[in-house]
Amino acid sequence: MKVAIGVNGTRVEAEVEDRLLLAYFVREVAGLTATNIGCDTTSCGACTVLLDGESVKSCTVLAAQADGREVTTCEGLAGADGQWHAVQRAFRAEHGLQCGFCTPGMVMAAVSLLAENPDPTEAQVRAGLEGNLCRCTGYHNIVRAVLAAARDGQQRDAGARYGQARGLPGEAP
Amino acid sequence: MSIMGTRVLRTEDPRLLTSGGVYTDDLRLPELTGAAYVTIVRSPIAHALITGIDAGAAVAQPGVVAVLTAADLPAPPEGGDPTDEPLLAGDRVRYVGEPVALVLTEDRYQGEDAAELVSVDYDPLPAVPGIEQALTGETLLFPGTESNIVGTDTAGGCDDASFDGCDVVIERTIVNQRLAPVPLETRAMAAIWANDRLTVWSSTQNPHLARGDIAEALGLDNAAVRVITPDVGGGFGAKVAVDRDAVAVAWAARHTGHAVRWIENRSENLVAMVHGRGQRQTYKIGGTRDGRVLAYRLDVVQDCGAFNRLATFLAELTIKMAAAVYDFAHAGASYRAVVTTTTPIAAYRGAGRPEAAAAAERAIDDFAAEIGMDPAEVRRINVVPPDKFPFTTLTGETYDSGEYAAALDRVLAAADYPALRAEQARRRERGDALQLGLGLSVYVEITAGDMGGETARVVVDGTGAATVFTGSSAHGQGHDTAWAMLVQDELGIPMDQITVVHGDTDLLPDAIGTFGSRSLQLGGTAVVKAAGEVKDQARRLAAEMIEASEADVELDTARGTWQVRGDPASALGWGQVAQRAGPDGLAADARFDASAPTFPFGAHLAVVEVDTETGKATLVRHVTVDDAGRILNPVLAEGQRHGGIAQGAAQALLEEVRYDADGNPLTSTLVDYAAITATELPSFELVASETPTTINPLGAKGIGEAGTIGSTPAVLNAVIDAVSHLGVRHIDMPATPEKVWAAINEAKAGR
Repeated sequence: MKVAIGVNGTRVEAEVEDRLLLAYFVREVAGLTATNIGCDTTSCGACTVLLDGESVKSCTVLAAQADGREVTTCEGLAGADGQWHAVQRAFRAEHGLQCGFCTPGMVMAAVSLLAENPDPTEAQVRAGLEGNLCRCTGYHNIVRAVLAAARDGQQRDAGARYGQARGLPGEAP
Repeated sequence: MSIMGTRVLRTEDPRLLTSGGVYTDDLRLPELTGAAYVTIVRSPIAHALITGIDAGAAVAQPGVVAVLTAADLPAPPEGGDPTDEPLLAGDRVRYVGEPVALVLTEDRYQGEDAAELVSVDYDPLPAVPGIEQALTGETLLFPGTESNIVGTDTAGGCDDASFDGCDVVIERTIVNQRLAPVPLETRAMAAIWANDRLTVWSSTQNPHLARGDIAEALGLDNAAVRVITPDVGGGFGAKVAVDRDAVAVAWAARHTGHAVRWIENRSENLVAMVHGRGQRQTYKIGGTRDGRVLAYRLDVVQDCGAFNRLATFLAELTIKMAAAVYDFAHAGASYRAVVTTTTPIAAYRGAGRPEAAAAAERAIDDFAAEIGMDPAEVRRINVVPPDKFPFTTLTGETYDSGEYAAALDRVLAAADYPALRAEQARRRERGDALQLGLGLSVYVEITAGDMGGETARVVVDGTGAATVFTGSSAHGQGHDTAWAMLVQDELGIPMDQITVVHGDTDLLPDAIGTFGSRSLQLGGTAVVKAAGEVKDQARRLAAEMIEASEADVELDTARGTWQVRGDPASALGWGQVAQRAGPDGLAADARFDASAPTFPFGAHLAVVEVDTETGKATLVRHVTVDDAGRILNPVLAEGQRHGGIAQGAAQALLEEVRYDADGNPLTSTLVDYAAITATELPSFELVASETPTTINPLGAKGIGEAGTIGSTPAVLNAVIDAVSHLGVRHIDMPATPEKVWAAINEAKAGR
């Protein structure tokens, strides 16, 4: 069947097998390999991407189901100016990754988590990431990174509100 | 100021956090264009004779390039060892997941379709699914052998007479269960045969060892094989060298002349990548009621799985480390290793040492409970005192340095142990459903025990930039960052001008790679040595250029310049000096061989809450000292500890590879195998501690496996401690709610 899927803002059209999974569409049709495949039972979360802004495990979504929709992968997370997303910055600053294989999926899951709950507790972060396995970090620094990104995001929100109140763009004073 | 010991963020991360790593299945190289995808047909039965293979229907499928079986392999040499592992099963399979045939297809998805159509006739044989069945010898895995025992050994000596004079003697048989390593990236390979040379891209911890294994299996010279490791998504010991499945894929490239690529799926990975641990342990511990242990004996039966890949080596490590951190009057250990119709056992984070620590730490707690003494006090009485180092144990290892009692006391102080005991007493008094358990371990491990040394090359080019070629192959540890720190410290070239290259046997032909927590102490030291030799060369050249004597020329490592001592005006940059050396710049190769292994140590305290109504145990705090000598970068060292603690706690609480009576795996997906998640762990509380070793100039010991070795017994001891007042004295790992609940109820029934 023919599908047209937006991937990080670029429309990717292809004739695909009905059974083609979105994970393989992203990796082999769109050619973006940050999204990894770590299992075959929707257990590990390495393949997590955003589908219309919400996290999904792309190994359990058919490319056909994403037809006409917008996928965001780790490659598409940074801003147009190359500025990293707060979650990417926090993973670096807190050493939230080691081998890097779970990382793109973990980062996307964290982005989705913070979109739903911008001010999570540690327990909420842990619960929110339960579907994403990491074998290297013991989750310790991943959790710290997500909490740090949340703080970062709130400062930005506060900065934006501060700026709006004065008719200014920009960061918190 | 030196960069050594400072918190430097990783240079690896920007790439991994944006475009993602380039793992083997991500390779989009021109030479792999059109590569055939390999799908492996695996045995669905634990033990059987293969009476026929019909690949006709598979070959007729669209896109099928070839179907290869044992019949296509070169005949094994005459008089070879019948227990040798073939690349593909020939007349017999011995575990579910054993490779039987390779299906090469043009498209990835075609492979699974075609593999289902390869018809293999199996004539079932009785399964030997575990140690018990193996020891009876009723069914032998290898016809013509006398038993399923493939190895035995002893260390130290401790017979029944050694227990004379003990007030208390406890003997108990416990389980150190089989685990799945579960690196997030499964095994993967790509291979091409061109110009009489095999080039292999492999997800391995040791490209050089993989090269040797592949060359030997394919009858090639090492020089005819090049192994490249792209990014590797975790190894944990299970990607040491290369397994038969991957060698078979490389052989397929050679045999067909077709470029091939392969990545196993998780269901294959959980049955066909090696497993770890797998011991039945019997300990006997005896001592006096004042807390002194007089004698300790450990008898191990090691499950090797179907083939003895590395399991007897693991069991050797277990018995040599059996005496653990203790200064026992008598200590001894033995093992018997058996083959079973299960996935082969090999290295998994700790690899033989966690098994030794788990037994000793369980035995100490058992003894403490019997004499009614606090387990911290029993440990304090029995650990090797600092004035006895270097200390040779009765089981034959010589520990370089250690402060065992101090490590224990620091953990107890950091956790406020008396307050925790008081809280535990209050809950017991009240009869709360949620009881508190405190579990301790004090551990020592052996690192860089293989004595194989490691290599490095450091090059400084005419721009003043450095390239470090290292034999230590990384898969998440942060070698790029660490090695650049070492070179910046040695040469004064800033980290952002240093490139670290690893994982290509053509670029650095002689190396060993990564396992056994060896990288920094061996590979890092080799880097420092190579940099030192570059510095010596540069000094001579700088002296010529400045027209000064070598003795008067110094390297200003803060600025990265060569100058006459005290005369910054004479300064030459690294680029100028390297240009003087010629078009290739400055270069030096070095190899470091340590004179002995090192022995990191530490102490862990786990705090566990057990719901006595459901049996569910929750790890709520974990406090550790993990002393790995001098720390190069605390960020990296802490990361290794975190990961290690989690994997060790997972063994204590959750993870177990299980088989049914017919040898069918029951944990062949991540739905069934309980890989630990973020919700099952707390944040960890790490206490810093550095006791340098003199074995290498960095003063460093290994840190990769320490967390695992300490945490498993601490967490299990905590679970048991939480319900010990109810009469529970032991629970086998993993301490699942079902087992804890059963133990509580059995103890109640026994009262």
